[in-house]
Amino acid sequence: MSQRTCLVVDDSTVVRKAARRIIEGFGFRVSEAKDGQEALDACRSALPEAVLLDWNMPVMDGITFLRAARAEFGPDQPRIVLCTTEAELSKILEALSAGAQEYVMKPFDADILRDKFTQAGLLEEAA
Amino acid sequence: MTPDSFNFLAGLVKARSGIVLTADKGYMLETRLGPMLRRESMQGLDALAQRLRAPRAEALAAEVVEALTTNESSFFRDGKPFEHLKKLLPKLAAARPPGQPIRVWSAACSSGQEAYSIAMTAAELGPALGGRKLDILGTDISREMLDRAQEGVFTQFEVQRGLPVTMLVKHFKQEGQRWRVAPELRAQVRWQFFNLMEDPRTLGRFDIIFCRNVLIYFDAPTKSRVLGSLAGMLAPDGVVYLGGAETVLGLTERLVPAPGERGVYEPARATAKAG
Repeated sequence: MSQRTCLVVDDSTVVRKAARRIIEGFGFRVSEAKDGQEALDACRSALPEAVLLDWNMPVMDGITFLRAARAEFGPDQPRIVLCTTEAELSKILEALSAGAQEYVMKPFDADILRDKFTQAGLLEEAA
Repeated sequence: MTPDSFNFLAGLVKARSGIVLTADKGYMLETRLGPMLRRESMQGLDALAQRLRAPRAEALAAEVVEALTTNESSFFRDGKPFEHLKKLLPKLAAARPPGQPIRVWSAACSSGQEAYSIAMTAAELGPALGGRKLDILGTDISREMLDRAQEGVFTQFEVQRGLPVTMLVKHFKQEGQRWRVAPELRAQVRWQFFNLMEDPRTLGRFDIIFCRNVLIYFDAPTKSRVLGSLAGMLAPDGVVYLGGAETVLGLTERLVPAPGERGVYEPARATAKAG
């Protein structure tokens, strides 16, 4: 079986690096994009299994990417987990209705990402 | 700290909470009791032990025990028990007379995530329960935790542990950086101070008991006694959920593992008497 893949989309190098380290620890091969447009291009060349997605980014923001990805690739693939400082209920509802599987409010740590990846169906429940 | 002081403190904690402090837990006493020592201007744990031996130390003793309880909790912790609960609740709802609520006990409930997870599981089942109500009781020996549980307000960090975001938006109201459990869920849970060292029969009978990651702090005789009590309070078709590292094996014969399940225990069927 080929290794599972996750695309980390965030305009902050620091956040991408932190997320990469954690998600690699879950056994995923991680690639990075710094905005929604780069992420969309990456998905078109090879669709990852998971996308960890920031909201506020230059060029194309996360919610625009989310809607474009759902229109182009369907409701289930890739599994998309928002990961953003936006913590308002209205924003969470907006992301869910646009087709996000899960939602992480920054700051995050490995435990939160593991739980959210589990709920998004990307990881098995730890026995 | 002298061995004598350690033994005195460990004895006090064991008598009051069942929690066994082994000699390697000296560091834990230092860190957990440090704030209290500073507040009371005491020189160290020896001074604390001395104070506790004097009369009228009740409030201080209670505080020591409270400081040494472990209050780790998260929503839907370990997942599996709640998967089992989802299947069990409709069966129990069908088996009970009309109007009788399903009674659930969250023993050592800490800040309340387990009890609220039970309430959410029932809410998600909706029509499958045929309108059957749950009567959930959360008990703990920490009054601070009980207050928190009752308030039902959780930090952004806490609501991201174990709780699917769909349940967060459905069952919580946002209050700034924090999230409060919706009134419909809070109405299903009662909170009560209760020490597992006491006779639990005063709490009544239960269909379901969650007693997870509690027994690990007790010695074998205490484990046996608590498990025996739980078995005695359980409906014949009820279950007890224990933590992943806990078992009934060698501790009680009144509970047996549910076939094909982990961490789920049923009352032992009365064996037929030899004729």
